Amino acid sequence: MIITLFLTFAKIGLFTFGGGYAMISLIESICVEQKRWITHEQMMKITVVAESTPGPIAINCATYIGYKQKGIAGAVAATLGVVTPSFIIIYLISKFLENFLEIQGIVSGFKGIRIAVGILILDAAIGMIKKMKKKTIPCIILGCSFVIMLLNNIINLGISSILLLVIAAIAGMIISGVSEMSAVKGGADK
Amino acid sequence: MIYLDLLIGFLKVGMFSFGGAYGAIPLIRDVVLHYGWMDEDALVDMIAISESTPGPIMVNLATYVGCNKAGVLGGILATLAVVSPAFLFIILLVTLINGLAGKKRIKAAFNGIKPCIIGIILAMGVSMVGKNCISPIISEKDILPTMLTIVLAAVFFGYHALFKKKMSPIILIITAAIAGLIVYGI
Repeated sequence: MIITLFLTFAKIGLFTFGGGYAMISLIESICVEQKRWITHEQMMKITVVAESTPGPIAINCATYIGYKQKGIAGAVAATLGVVTPSFIIIYLISKFLENFLEIQGIVSGFKGIRIAVGILILDAAIGMIKKMKKKTIPCIILGCSFVIMLLNNIINLGISSILLLVIAAIAGMIISGVSEMSAVKGGADK
Repeated sequence: MIYLDLLIGFLKVGMFSFGGAYGAIPLIRDVVLHYGWMDEDALVDMIAISESTPGPIMVNLATYVGCNKAGVLGGILATLAVVSPAFLFIILLVTLINGLAGKKRIKAAFNGIKPCIIGIILAMGVSMVGKNCISPIISEKDILPTMLTIVLAAVFFGYHALFKKKMSPIILIITAAIAGLIVYGI
């Protein structure tokens, strides 16, 4: 079973390009429909949980399904399975990339690709903004973090993204605390 | 020590990367530039490669940085470091999910984290596109990157508007590589 978990997730890791969400649909078709390791409802639940835990979504799913099948050992096998194929591929690339970059054609190609990467990142942000619930406080937090990071990228303020995320987490907790307190007060007044 | 730096650097990335691969990219950029492991151009090349090879993008990036800086062992350390927070969080959740007292607080923290990460990603996208688009014009050296940006953005967003479906990132990367070859020569 441990070996099956490893091999199944290695296959998933090998055949998904484009990261997280592409992987989820493959995990769904193999682990839910073919192998019946988990139910469709469990898969939905884990996808939601994965969105609010750090790290790659595919890893979250693999860990969960592996754990459900065979405990910690299963979780380790499934997780290592997902990362092994890309590890081997990237290792080979890291060996040869620098030699490749001495070829003029490859250099030209990468100059074009760098531009595409900027567009992809911008598009990812636009997609997330579209999906976000447009309420005042989240919009203010988004605006502040955007302005701070943009300035940081232009004139290098030395602020790390992690520091900003920690501040935002604390702000989120304070805001919910304040609104809870005012709700309690409002209730008492009535 | 490089091994310890890789371990700590990518543990941080794994722990704070909410919002998928694109949420992790700004964090990886911070770590990589902080330790001086790569310059900005090399990092962007690697983002494109990670996007076009199988597997989670942030795992691919961690593997590459680790292998590049400290061989296979470095690669293994960086890869394990970037996935272990995700692994541990899920194990913790399935074993103690019902006893998790601070659930409400965690949710509140998320309400702050989510918009913040979107702002960080947006800032990175805007500054990357801006750098390609505006700085060549100001320095009056070379308007090719500006034109390439406009053409590629038109193709990418035009495809979305026309076919009501997103163009796959890999197709955009291949198109961009061909455009680069045409513009800058083989």
